[in-house]
Amino acid sequence: MNLDFSPEDLAFRDEVRAFIAENYPAGLREKQEEGEEMAKEDFLSWHRILAKKGWVAPAWPTQYGGPGWTSVQRYIWSEETARADCVPILPFGINMVGPVIYTFGTPEQKERFLPPTLSGDIWWSQGYSEPGAGSDLASLKTKAERFTGDDGKEYYLVNGQKTWTTLAQHGDWIFCLVRTDPNAKIQEGISFLLIDMKSPGVTVRPIITLGGEHEVNEVWFENVKVPVENRIFEENKGWTCAKFLLAHERSGIAGVARSKRGIERIRQIASTELGDDGSALIKDPMFKRKVAELEIDLTALEYTELRTLAGEAAGKGPGPESSVLKIKGTEIQQRITELVLEAAGHYGAPYFRGFPTDGDNAHPIGPDFAHRAAPTYFNVRKTSIYGGSNEIQRNIIAKMVLGL
Amino acid sequence: MDFNFTEEQSMVRDTVASFLRDKYDFDTRRKIVSSDAGWRADYWKAFAEELGILGASFSEELGGLGGGPIDNMIVMEEFGKALVIEPYLGTVVIGGGFMKHSGYAGAASVIEGIVGGTTTIAFAYAEPQARYTWRDLKTTAKKDGSGWVLNGHKAVVVGAPFASHLIVTARTGGAQRDAGGVGVFLIDKNLPGVVTRDYPTVDGNRASEVYFENVSVPADALISEDGLDLVDRVIDEATAAVGAEAVGVLRKLHEGTLDYAKQRKQFGTAIANFQVLQHRMVDMFIEVEQSVSMTYMATIKVEEDAAERAKAVSAMKVRVGRACKFVGQNAIQIHGGMGMTDELAIGHYFKRASLIEGLFGSVDHHLKRYEALSFDAAA
Ligand SMILES: Cc1cc2nc3c(=O)[nH]c(=O)nc-3n(C[C@H](O)[C@H](O)[C@H](O)COP(=O)(O)OP(=O)(O)OC[C@H]3O[C@@H](n4cnc5c(N)ncnc54)[C@H](O)[C@@H]3O)c2cc1C
Ligand SMILES: Cc1cc2nc3c(=O)[nH]c(=O)nc-3n(C[C@H](O)[C@H](O)[C@H](O)COP(=O)(O)OP(=O)(O)OC[C@H]3O[C@@H](n4cnc5c(N)ncnc54)[C@H](O)[C@@H]3O)c2cc1C
Repeated sequence: MNLDFSPEDLAFRDEVRAFIAENYPAGLREKQEEGEEMAKEDFLSWHRILAKKGWVAPAWPTQYGGPGWTSVQRYIWSEETARADCVPILPFGINMVGPVIYTFGTPEQKERFLPPTLSGDIWWSQGYSEPGAGSDLASLKTKAERFTGDDGKEYYLVNGQKTWTTLAQHGDWIFCLVRTDPNAKIQEGISFLLIDMKSPGVTVRPIITLGGEHEVNEVWFENVKVPVENRIFEENKGWTCAKFLLAHERSGIAGVARSKRGIERIRQIASTELGDDGSALIKDPMFKRKVAELEIDLTALEYTELRTLAGEAAGKGPGPESSVLKIKGTEIQQRITELVLEAAGHYGAPYFRGFPTDGDNAHPIGPDFAHRAAPTYFNVRKTSIYGGSNEIQRNIIAKMVLGL
Repeated sequence: MDFNFTEEQSMVRDTVASFLRDKYDFDTRRKIVSSDAGWRADYWKAFAEELGILGASFSEELGGLGGGPIDNMIVMEEFGKALVIEPYLGTVVIGGGFMKHSGYAGAASVIEGIVGGTTTIAFAYAEPQARYTWRDLKTTAKKDGSGWVLNGHKAVVVGAPFASHLIVTARTGGAQRDAGGVGVFLIDKNLPGVVTRDYPTVDGNRASEVYFENVSVPADALISEDGLDLVDRVIDEATAAVGAEAVGVLRKLHEGTLDYAKQRKQFGTAIANFQVLQHRMVDMFIEVEQSVSMTYMATIKVEEDAAERAKAVSAMKVRVGRACKFVGQNAIQIHGGMGMTDELAIGHYFKRASLIEGLFGSVDHHLKRYEALSFDAAA
C-alpha cells in the first residue's frame, strides 16, 4: 500500500497541466468558475480541442480512440481539469452510450457511431426516464413495433414520451430504452435504440427548472421510423445495456475533483467576504468548522473512490459499491452549494436574470460569486434525484451489498 | 396558559385566508411575480379598505383595531401559505414597529397612512460589508443646518420598488461598528439623491440596491439619533413575524409532499408506502410542529424585556432556519424530478424557505447570539 505518484505519473501531471494552460480557452474558465450556464458551443469547443489531442475519452480502450491511460493517470486527469475549472465533458456520449456501443455493438455500429461521438459531431441525449417511469425505470412504456418498410427493410415504429432529457434541445441523437415486447416480464421486453432526433415525429419541449434554467426537456415520439440496425445488442435484451450503463453513470458521479475545487473556491470566497464580527468569514469558527467537516468528508470519499479504482484496475468492474460514491459525492456537492449561498449573505437573494441592463457599473449588485449562488443551490438538488435517486442507491446497497 | 386565539384574531385569520384563497392562487401569484409592477397595488388597497387588516396590529389609540404581535403572526402565516409578495412585513411590522416604539413625533400620521394603505415602507438596514451586524454602518448622516445629509449604500432592500418611504439606518456619530450613534430616519423615497437599482429576487419578490448620494433630509425625518436598541427590538419583532411566515411556508411544503407521495406511483405502489419516505415525512412533520411552537413562544415573548426577547427570537430562528432547510430539501427530494420544475408550486415554497433561512440572520448568527445571551451574559 502506498499513496505516492510514480515519477512517470508526476511527469504525466506536468504534461497535462501544460496542455491545459496552453489550450483551455480563458473565457470558458471564467464562465465555469462563476458557475454560469454554458451554451452549446461552450461545451463543444473544449470537447473538440480534447478530441483532437486524443484525450476526450480517458476510459475508452485504445482501439476505439481512448488514450490508454492507467487509472492513476485518469485520476490525475480529473484532478487537473477540475483544478483549472475546465468545462466538464458531457457524459451522455463519452461515459454512457460510447461504452455501451463498444461493449455491445456490432462492428458496423462501432464504426458508424464511435468516431463522431469522440469528435463531438454527435450530441447525445439520454432517453431513459418517462413520466411514469422514474425510479421504476423498467416500467417504461415507450413502444417500438417492428414493421417492414416500403423499401423492404426492417424498421421500428416508435411511439411514446421521454422526460427530464438533459440538454436535448441541442441533441443530434438520443439513445432510448423502448418496449419491444409488451407481453414479456417487464425487464425482458426492453430494447436499446439509437434514434436520430431529426427524424420526423420527434418533438422536444422545454421544462424550466427552479433556477430558471432550460436544462431538461420532454421528448415526444409520434410514429417515428427507426431502422432496426440502430438497435444495440439483441432485441428484448436492452436491460443488460441499461444496467451496464447505469453502473458507468454512477461511477463518474462522485465528482471528487470538482468538489475539491468547490471547497477551494469557498475558502477563497470566505477569505474576502466578511463575517458578523467584521473579519474574514473564514475566521468565523462556525463557518470554518463546516468547511473543515466538508473537507474531511471529501477525503473519506476520495479514498473510498481510490479503493474502488484500485479494484477496477485489478479487473473488478464498477459494482454496487459505486452507489456509495454516488450518495456521498452528491451530498458533498449539495453541501458546497449551501455554504456558497451562506457566504453570499444578503446577496444570495438578487435574481441575476432580472438584473437591470442599464450599464450602470457605478452601483453594483453584490459580488460576482453571489450572482448564481442561490440558483446553483436550487439546481444541485437534482443530484440526489437523478442517476438513480439516493433512496434507490441505498436500496441497491441494502440488497446487493448487505444482502438484505 | 392559553394557546387559543381570541375571536378577533380568528376573524383576522379567516378574512385573510378567504381573500387569499379567492384571489391569490398560485397562477395569480405567478402573474403578479412576472408583471412589470411585481405586486398588486389594488390588493394592497383591498387589504386596507376591504379587509381592514393593515390596522389589526395597532392599538386603538394609534388608530388600529387593538391587536399586536399575534395579529402580525396570523397575517404572516397566511401570507406564507400563499407566498404573498405585498409588503406587509416592511410596512406594518417594521414601519409600524418603529412608529410604535420610538415616540416619533409624526407617528400618528404615519400610522394613519399605513393603516389606510397609502404609505408603504421598505427597511434599508443591511450593508454589503456588515452581514448580520446591524450596527456595522458605513452609511452616514451628517448634521446640516436643522436637517441631515445621507451618504452610503444599502444592500438588497426588499420591497423598495413598491415603497413610498424608506426607513434608513445611518451613522449619526461614533465609528463604523460602534453601538452608539446608530441613527434611524424615515424618508420619502423620491428625495433627490436617492438612487435605486431595482431587481427581482430568486423567491419572486423585488428589491433594490439603494444608494444615498448627498441626500438632504429634513429634521423631522429623524426617528432616533441613537437608536440601536430600537433597531434591535424592531428587527426581533420582524424576525418573529418571519418565523410565522415560515410556518405558513413549511405547512404547505409538508402538505404538498404528503399529497404528492400518496398519489405518485412507482414499483406498482404509491411512494408514500415506502417506509423510508414515511419516516422522512414524519421528521418533516416534527420540524413543522416545532417551528409552530417556537413561533408562538417568540411572538409571546417579543413584548418582554430586551434580553428575554432576544433569546426567544434567536432560539426560534435557529429552529425555524433548520426546519426550512430540512423540510424544503426533502419536499423537493420526495417530489423527484417534478420537484425541480418551475411549474409546480412546491419549488417556489422551497425557494422562499431557503431565503427565510438567512433573513435577519442565519442559523449560525442566531446560535451565536443565543450563546452570548444565555452563557456569556450569565457568567
Ligand atoms: C435535472 C435532471 C436531469 C435529468 N436528466 C435525465 C436524462 O438526461 N435522461 C434521463 O433519462 N433521465 C434524466 N433525469 C431523470 C432522473 O433519472 C429521474 O428524475 C429519477 O430517476 C427519479 O425519477 P422521478 O423523477 O420519476 O422520481 P420518482 O421515481 O417518482 O421518485 C420520487 C421520490 O420517491 C423516492 N422513491 C422512489 N422509489 C422508491 C423506493 N423504492 N424506495 C424508497 N424511495 C423511493 C425517490 O427516491 C424520490 O425521492 C433527470 C432528472 C433531473 C432532475
Ligand atoms: C430499558 C428498556 C425498558 C423497557 N421497559 C419495558 C416495560 O416496562 N414494559 C414492556 O412491556 N416492555 C419494556 N421494554 C421492551 C420494549 O417495549 C421492547 O424492547 C420494544 O418494544 C422493542 O422490542 P424488541 O426489543 O423485541 O426489538 P424488536 O422489535 O426486535 O426491534 C429491533 C429493531 O427493529 C426495529 N423495528 C422493529 N419493527 C420495525 C418496523 N416495523 N419498522 C421499522 N423498524 C422496526 C426497532 O425499532 C429496533 O430498532 C423495555 C425495553 C428497554 C430497552
